Amino acid sequence: MPSFVIAEKCDGCKAQDKTACQYICPNDLMALNRDIMKAFNQEPEQCWECYNCVKICPQQAIEVRGYQDFNPLGGNVIPMRGTDSIMWTIKFRNGVLKRFKFPIRTTAEASIDCYTGKPEADFANLKGPGFFNYVARTE
Amino acid sequence: MEKETCNFSYCEKPEVVEVETDLLLLGGGMSACGAAYEATRWANPKGIKITMVDKAATDRSGAVAMGLSAINTYIGENKVEDYVRYVRNDLMGITRDDLVFDLGRHVDDSVHLFEEWGLPIWKKGDDGFSLDGFQAKDAGKTSLKEGGTPVRSGKWQIMINGESYKAIVAEAAKKALDENKKATGVEQNHYERVFIVRLFKDANDPTRVAAAVGFSVREHKMYVFKAKTICLGAGGAVNVFRPRSSKEGQGRAWYPVWNSGSGYALGMQAGAELTLMENRFVPARFKDGYGPVGAWFLFFKCKATNALGEDYCANEEYLAEARAKYGDKYVDKMGTAMRNHLMMKDMKAGKGPIMMNTHEAMQAINKTFVEQLGEKEGKKKIKHLEAEAWEDFLDMCIGQAGLWASKSIEPDKTPSEIMPTEPYLLGSHAGCAGFWCSGPGDIEGTPESWSWGYNRMSTVPGLFMMGDIVGASGHKFSSGSHAEGRLAAKNAIAYMLDNPDFVPTPRRSLDEMMGEIYLPYEVYEQHKTYSTDPAINPHYIKPDMLQTRLQKISDEYFGGCSTWYMTSRTMLNEGLAQLQMLKEDSSKMAAGTLHELMRCWENYHRILSVEAHARHILYREESRYPGYYYRGDHDFIDDVNWKVFTCSTYDHATGEFTMSKRDHKNLFSD
Repeated sequence: MPSFVIAEKCDGCKAQDKTACQYICPNDLMALNRDIMKAFNQEPEQCWECYNCVKICPQQAIEVRGYQDFNPLGGNVIPMRGTDSIMWTIKFRNGVLKRFKFPIRTTAEASIDCYTGKPEADFANLKGPGFFNYVARTE
Repeated sequence: MEKETCNFSYCEKPEVVEVETDLLLLGGGMSACGAAYEATRWANPKGIKITMVDKAATDRSGAVAMGLSAINTYIGENKVEDYVRYVRNDLMGITRDDLVFDLGRHVDDSVHLFEEWGLPIWKKGDDGFSLDGFQAKDAGKTSLKEGGTPVRSGKWQIMINGESYKAIVAEAAKKALDENKKATGVEQNHYERVFIVRLFKDANDPTRVAAAVGFSVREHKMYVFKAKTICLGAGGAVNVFRPRSSKEGQGRAWYPVWNSGSGYALGMQAGAELTLMENRFVPARFKDGYGPVGAWFLFFKCKATNALGEDYCANEEYLAEARAKYGDKYVDKMGTAMRNHLMMKDMKAGKGPIMMNTHEAMQAINKTFVEQLGEKEGKKKIKHLEAEAWEDFLDMCIGQAGLWASKSIEPDKTPSEIMPTEPYLLGSHAGCAGFWCSGPGDIEGTPESWSWGYNRMSTVPGLFMMGDIVGASGHKFSSGSHAEGRLAAKNAIAYMLDNPDFVPTPRRSLDEMMGEIYLPYEVYEQHKTYSTDPAINPHYIKPDMLQTRLQKISDEYFGGCSTWYMTSRTMLNEGLAQLQMLKEDSSKMAAGTLHELMRCWENYHRILSVEAHARHILYREESRYPGYYYRGDHDFIDDVNWKVFTCSTYDHATGEFTMSKRDHKNLFSD
């Protein structure tokens, strides 16, 4: 189900040094056509449909079209990712519409303070079991 | 064939960036993020420099990039030694109990951290029904660490709202790296979009690795990371066999399509010993979309049957045949491989399609809800349950939701087809192909040869393994990979402190390393104008065709889908001969862009992973994993001769493999 970019909506993330979709794609698929300043998926057959480009696009210019080697036309899954939850709209080929909302995190983005309140490492335990903050279970 | 090199007659030399570090983390997935978190706490007081190199953006890299709907390893109220038994049984009796126990006794802390950092974890409500991460918080449910009760989908699995799982874990890892950066005063210690091609040995100590070398996929820059120790977590191998999908759909691999065997190839070329590389995973998943079935089987209590409504795992004739060939013990334990085997018997008998009867499971649950709670409250719970079923896909396999939408399948009304996929090579899910690593050494009964002082160190001193590429210890999943990264990093620091005098000095010059890595660029530039279409040119092979040829060889000769996972000595030998020519042709790989240069080397990594896989299958003269692959010439399990670890080392200079056996032992009773 490769991602595709809607020409009318994409602005090439003009203010940035690279587009948001280029930044995030785990498989380096998104590229920018500098002649028209619009992004595109340069290798659709390597797309895992992870939707990270869809979720990150500030213009909501990216959607996914089902892999045509096995998907009949007409279905569609569109996310809207917020700071603490995500909304999904699923449109069926037969017109059925489903909407779901799920939590995504219980803390504010960029708020993780991962060592405060945790013990310092005790080098006497460096070679034994356990982590710097955790005694390994025994049973 | 003489090894070719790029002398930059046709393409421009890249800028070289040399980075000197102490602990180098290769990869950015769950294990590397765990490594960064643990290492920082030990490294900062000693002034040890940590550097992470990721080929993608760490927020969304590795196998958890899309998200997950469950954490599959959480020991909680269970016993660690029962986890060891479960893993060993599912992997047909041969696992390293020391590594598995060690993982089990540590993994819960990583899960507790995830929850603390903000991962929403489902909890059991007072009425026995599940609450999602928000509802649980609103209801005042305590965290797992404080004794909160998770929603178990299976004995070891807990349900989560995991869309942002990787983003959360990455945020903590990036914070950790930042703390280390401040403590050591380095300018940069987190490199994204840098692809590592090769590990280069040390000039003074030929047993050790001195540097990891690669390039930026964004700028024309070569990177040389010189490190005192390395933790390798560059993932398993996907798209190594011809996929069932025929075109665009091959991106919809079950495991992440970007896992290109780099973890295996980098370690192999450094001479690290492999174990159980014949192992593979062939998951039975929803057909084409490859949506997860775990929650359907375990949480919704769904049954899979053949098209006639029969349970293929209860077919007396198949079971009797399996008992005769593979032994009662392995049939009774009914691991994942055996269930695949029985499913395929039905498929070959024309009793397919095999159906996951989601509609029956949902209807049964609906009935119970209405009976228990009455019409109104029951319907409300059913709505919640429907959302849970869809979330399973939307968190971790959105394409399956898309496929259901495209085919107008509502799971409460219509069953869905399931099917065994193409094979995958990995060691963190239900597979155990990887490197022979040192265990912790403190678990009673551990043979001396299983531990050489530093937990998770490979047979190459100073080179540690984590995640998908640690052999003989599967079923770690996301949480276990994070915990294993922490173990590897902690022990890498111990090793470094014990060996303070090592100054990494690559044996090869910068020009030599550059010549090797950029050769596909040179090949392309030299020949691209020979034909009018650069895609078709007799002087080179583009990465997509390299991958296609590899997939065809492995599929047809090494037991892929097209032979129903069947192979034999003669088939393997023919395939290996063809693979040898493909390996030779890799000196004619051509890349017109940095993106293609990455694809070239990714596919070279896939070739090496597949060769190791095939050589191990050839060496093991039995069919240890029926349902994953069969040796037609040895279609039985032979515990007398083959209940052993098969091991190998690869000599990068000669291309030769050396095979050997190591004894297996249970450290915990069956």
